[in-house]
Parts: sequence; C-alpha cells; structure tokens
Amino acid sequence: MNSYLEATARERLQRLLDPGSFQEFLPPSSRVVSPHLGQLNAPVAFDDGVAVGRARLDGRLVFVAAQEGGFMGGAVGEVHGAKLVGMLRRAIHDRPDAVLLLLETGGVRLHEANAGLIAVSEVMRAVLDVRAAGIPVLALVGGANGCFGGMGIVARCTNAIVMSEEGRLAMSGPEVIETASGVEEFDARDRALVWRTTGGKHRYLLGDCQVLVADAINAFRAAALAQIDAVTDVALTLDAIEQEQALLTTRLERFGHVREPMELWRALGVTEPEALPLLEADAFVEQVAAWRLGAH
Amino acid sequence: MEHLSYLFKGGTRALPRAADVVGVVGSGNLEVLIETAPLQGNCSIDIATAAVGFGAIWEAVMTDFHARWQLMDARIAINDMGATPAVVSLRLDQAVETMLEQP
Repeated sequence: MNSYLEATARERLQRLLDPGSFQEFLPPSSRVVSPHLGQLNAPVAFDDGVAVGRARLDGRLVFVAAQEGGFMGGAVGEVHGAKLVGMLRRAIHDRPDAVLLLLETGGVRLHEANAGLIAVSEVMRAVLDVRAAGIPVLALVGGANGCFGGMGIVARCTNAIVMSEEGRLAMSGPEVIETASGVEEFDARDRALVWRTTGGKHRYLLGDCQVLVADAINAFRAAALAQIDAVTDVALTLDAIEQEQALLTTRLERFGHVREPMELWRALGVTEPEALPLLEADAFVEQVAAWRLGAH
Repeated sequence: MEHLSYLFKGGTRALPRAADVVGVVGSGNLEVLIETAPLQGNCSIDIATAAVGFGAIWEAVMTDFHARWQLMDARIAINDMGATPAVVSLRLDQAVETMLEQP
C-alpha cells in the first residue's frame, strides 16, 4: 500500500505527511462544491477534487494541496482553483517552510470553461507570489492522470518537480495531440510512446524535473524533504528566465529535428537508449547522470 | 441526476467523531460523507446519483446498511457516479469503520 500511483489524493496526504498532522482548509463537510456542474446535471464532489491545508513534514510546517485524479481527471474548476489560490495566499501570510503541490490533473475542467481557465492563471500567479515571498514551492507528479494543460505550466512555475517514472508531465495530453494532428503524428494508444514522450524518465533526462523517484509514497516524501533544503534561488528572477530561455533555444536547435524520444536520448549520448525504459528509478538516475541536461 | 433521501429511526450507535469522507466521485464509484449531527437519534442519508431510476435498489441497500450499523444522530451524504450496490455497501461500511477506528 505504498504506491503513490495507486493511492487517492487523501491517502497520499495521510502517508506522505507526518501522521495526523494534516489540517484541512474547507474540508468536505463544508460542502463548497462546484456551482457549474450542478447546472450541467453532473455529479459534484464535496471537496471539488482537491484537498488543501497545512501539515508537518518531518516536523516542518508545510502548506499542501492534493488533486484527486479520480474526480473528473483532477481537472481544475472554479472552486478547485480558488482553493489552490486561497491556500497559496495563506502560505504567504503564515510563512511555512515550503508549499507542496501533489498534482494529478488534466488541466482546466472544460465544463467550467472560462472560470476554469481564469482559475488556472490565478494559480500560476499565486505560485510565483509564494516564491517571491521566499517560500519554496515543490510539485510532486506521480498520479495515473499525469499533469497536463495549464497545470503542467503551473508545475514548471514551481522551484522543483519530483516525478516517478509513471508520472507524466506535458502541456497537451496524448489524445489532444492525436485529435489535433492526427494518429500518424501521435498514436495516443501507444503507451510506450506516450511514456517515452511525457513520462518521468524523459522529463528527467531533459532536465524538466529535478528528481526522479520510484513509485513509492515514502520515496516522494524523502525527495520532497530533501528538496526543501536543496532549493537555492526561491524567487523567480529575470536572470533565471533568460537562462531558461537560452536553454530551451539550445534544446530546440539540438533536438528540434528529432521525431522520437529515443532518438533524442541517443543524440544526448546515451549509449543504450533501448535499455532506459526497463531500468528501476535509482539505477536509471545513476546511469544517465553523465548525459542528463542539468537544467531548471 | 436523481436526488434521494432516507431517514432511519431507532438507531443505537453514536459516532465518536465529527466527520469523515471516503471514496471518490469517479466512474462506478462514489464518495460518502459521514457526520455526527443532532437528528433526534435518527440517521439521515441523502444521495445524489448520476444513475437515474434506481430508487428501489437504493432503498434496499440503505435499509440493509441501517440494519447492519444502527447509527443514531448521523448524517450521511453520497455523491454517486453509477456505483453498483456492492460498491455502495462497501463504501458505507468503510465510512462507518473509519469513524469508529480513529480517535
């Protein structure tokens, strides 16, 4: 029962944080549900698919949010987004040691259209405000639904991302790409391709995530704890943005012509790219240390 | 969506804690919010379900549930996305067990 992938959002909070330390803001019993889903005659959830609150991580005060991928794919509606923003703003006030975002989401909840889009943009702004206040924000990505759409951008607005191999991170999800560009461009049913393109190992090789862990809640806990201290430049600076821009430009120049992630791994210098998907997380991290793009 | 409400009298088991939630509103699943509430000893169950037209089955499953646990002063709210009767019973039992086991 230690799999992060298999756990619900509330199970993750229970096992990742110090036992019994999670104090929830707007718990299910306060029944703050989506005002839009009812109008569409669709089921609501009492927490609108996200639990937010304060807790302890190895004794340190953290603010935390966990999205429930089982409810509408973890998608962000108006209330869901407002809970994230409220928690982030409260963090600026209460000054915890860090904010942890346990992201599992397809992005904006399309049922809620503009309200959902506005909510996600408010979350981005709030994340950057928390960082500007000197409080590190960490994203944990290891749920079955991955982290996509606007929330994929939110993840990259944080100080560090911890992923498992099973976790996925991208802007457009596989089915969106297939729908928009055709099955010849991207076959969303090809699971190996999907994970090669968006999965934790690929993200780690590209430097898009900072830590790769096994699919275990205690591994995510240990990594999150270590990252609180590892983060050096908490606030986002113009210099950091320019460095990132330069890095992405170089990446596009080097790999823009590549059609397939495994070709990219080979282009990075990886000697046996076919072997990478089969490696356990620790062995993988050790093996690719020399080739990984060390970036944020 | 269909909304169903039941009120059961004559329960004897009081819940020790304020509130808890189990389950997730996903396909074939449901969430159960269980709370202590001053209901003159009764147990109320409110259901919002995406599967319309199964009132008789819900009533039978809820009656069985009350027979098993005999809750008093309890308010239960369910958001359902087409769970089968067995899953509904399982989640309800989990909700009560979670309330009873933790301090």
